[in-house]
Order: sequence, then C-alpha cells, then structure tokens
Amino acid sequence: MTESLMPFAIFFASIFTGNILLTNYLGMCSFLSVSKELKTSLGLGVAVIFVMATTTPLNWLVYQYLLIPFGLEYLRFIVFIIVIAAFVQLTEMTIERYSEPLYQSLGIFLPLITVNCAILGVSLFMVIREYTLFTSLLFGLGSGIGWFIAIIAMAGIRQKMKNANVPPALEGPAITLVIAGFMAMAFMGFSGMIALS
Amino acid sequence: MAKNTLRKTFIEPLGKNNPVFVQILGICSTLAVTNKLQNTLVMTLGVMFTTALSSFTLSLIRNHIPSRIRMMVETMIIATFVIIVDIVLKAFYPEMWKQLGPYVGLIITNCIIMGRVEAFALQNKPMLSLVDGLASGLGYAYVLLAIAFVRELLGTGSLWGVRILGSWWTNWSIMIMPPGGFFVLAILIWVIRETIMKEAKHD
Repeated sequence: MTESLMPFAIFFASIFTGNILLTNYLGMCSFLSVSKELKTSLGLGVAVIFVMATTTPLNWLVYQYLLIPFGLEYLRFIVFIIVIAAFVQLTEMTIERYSEPLYQSLGIFLPLITVNCAILGVSLFMVIREYTLFTSLLFGLGSGIGWFIAIIAMAGIRQKMKNANVPPALEGPAITLVIAGFMAMAFMGFSGMIALS
Repeated sequence: MAKNTLRKTFIEPLGKNNPVFVQILGICSTLAVTNKLQNTLVMTLGVMFTTALSSFTLSLIRNHIPSRIRMMVETMIIATFVIIVDIVLKAFYPEMWKQLGPYVGLIITNCIIMGRVEAFALQNKPMLSLVDGLASGLGYAYVLLAIAFVRELLGTGSLWGVRILGSWWTNWSIMIMPPGGFFVLAILIWVIRETIMKEAKHD
C-alpha cells in the first residue's frame, strides 16, 4: 500500500475490518444493556463518536509532549483516564450551559462514557500502533463510527426480535451475543479489503 | 458467625452470584484474549490480583474518603494495581506482554472490579473485602478459562499450545476469530441459565 493512502486505510479499517466492538469486544457492557432501544442507542452512539474523536488526539498530545519527555510512559493508564474523565465532564458542563435540547439528547449519556472501555482502548491502541496526530484523529473518529454502526444495527435487530419466539433461557444477553457473533462474521467479510495489524 | 459470613462471601460469587453469568459484567477486556489458554490465564490472574487488592485497599481507607470524590479515588487505586501488573509482565514476560497488548491496561475499565469496590468494599471490613474481591476474580476466571478451553481446542486442535487432537481434526478457525468468542459465551450462558431455571422449577 502506498504511504499516502495509509490514513484512509486506517480510517476505513477502524470502521469495518477492525471494528472496536466486534473484533476487540470493547464497550460490550453498555452495548448489551443499551441496545434494547433504538433511540437511546442513537444518543449513546453519537456521544461515543464525539468523545473518541476528541480524546484520542488529546491523549496523543499528552503522551507525546508530557509523558515521553519526562519518561513517565508507565503512568499512561492513569493519565489517559483522567484526561477522558475531565474532558467528558467539561463537555457535559458546556452543553448543559449552552444548549438545553442537546443536553437532553446527548448530555445524559456522557457520564456513562467515562467508564466505557472502548474509549480507553482506542487511546491505548493508538500508543501501541504508533500513530501520528492526524492518523490518531482518524482512528478515533473511525472507531467511534464503527461502534455507532454496530449498536444501531443491533438495536434495530433487537426491536424486530421482540416478535420472535426465543427460548426463555436464551433471552436477553445470550441471544444478543449470538446476534453480535453473526454481525462480527458479516463484518469479517470486509477483511479481504484492508487489514489492521 | 464471622466464619459463616466469610465462607458465604467466598462461595457466592463462584456460583449463583457469578459476575459473568448473572450480571454479564466485565467481559470487555478479557474476552478478546480467550483464543489462547495461556493468555487467558495471565489476564485472569491480573484481574484477580487487581480486584482482591483494590477491594482491600479501598476498604482500609473507606472511612476517610469524601463520598463526592470516591469514584476518582477508586479509579486511582485500581489503576495503580493495574500498572503494577503491567510493569511486572513487561519485565518478566515481555513476549506475553506484547501479545496482550492494550488489554492489560483495559483491566482498569473492567466493570467487575469497580462494581465490587462500589458495592462491597465501601461497606465492609478489609479482610472480608479481600475475600470478596478474590472470589469474584475466581468466579470470573474459571468462566473465561472455560471459554478459552473450548475456543483453543476447537479452533486449533491444541491446548496450552500442545496439539491434543490428531491430524484427523479439521480446525474450526472461526473459533479463534472474534465471532467464536461471542458464540461460545452465548452458548455457555444459555446452558447455565437453562440449568438454573430447571433447578428453580424443582424447588
């Protein structure tokens, strides 16, 4: 692959072939509990896209300009979590102050996101794969979109599932996991195109 | 009396209060490494170490934390233990550390640890919290090891990297790929719930 196509490849791969939820199982907890309803899934999905796309480059800056110069790379877990929590808190306050309707539709999901493993996961992957500032922005954005697509598709399927006759022991999380497995298989179909190491 | 509570605290998370089956918590960070028994064992040991010691530590200082910032304190304590796990792995098992990649760090966001700290350690004495954390970690570990057992055996025909099934066995490569993890966990939950439901009917 040519060098100039790399950023696009990372973006595309993080949405489809390396979908953070379906290939890395990150963000499962909120995925399983929230995907019952399409409307809440939509809200949470958008919030995840926003937070991932902003905190990943932010963490890149913190890592490159604060942690590496002082030799504190081993502190990255704590520092990343603080950055994410602080940023989410700030955004929540800003939205609450300036836009009531946006706060109602998006703001209530923000605190949930701080504990979403996918957000921290994307930042940790970014460090390991040695992305640049630009590619980490694309990677964050793409992973967010990938998570969004997965949860929306799942919420849609689960709404239809209400009419289906599922064995009582399989109801709830178990059947959701089976569906997620099939979705993961479907997403694997993209892997012939681009693969992320 | 005291002994009874201790025993109950230890037994419950292993059976009817199992964090994975009953609460479906904390599968995020570890399910990804269940395609190999070895990796799963190391990860679950890390989780056990972290749950037990963070519950213990938090319980020691539980009367001195202002409740407004308790989440922050909890996260800091958990992160500290995870960093210890990370450093130890990196120093002594660099190969393993490389394979596990970001998942060691993701133990921090494992809901089980935070859940036990919030729900149990905040109200209970240190020793009891230590036992509770350890038991929750164990309950979690055996479920994930079971998943890894099935996935590695069916996916590669081997266990612990050693070929068990003969050459007649065709590997189900889907098992070691991401969808396999979803299916095996789903089937496991299904079977367990079915047995629980049957038992409830008999009672």
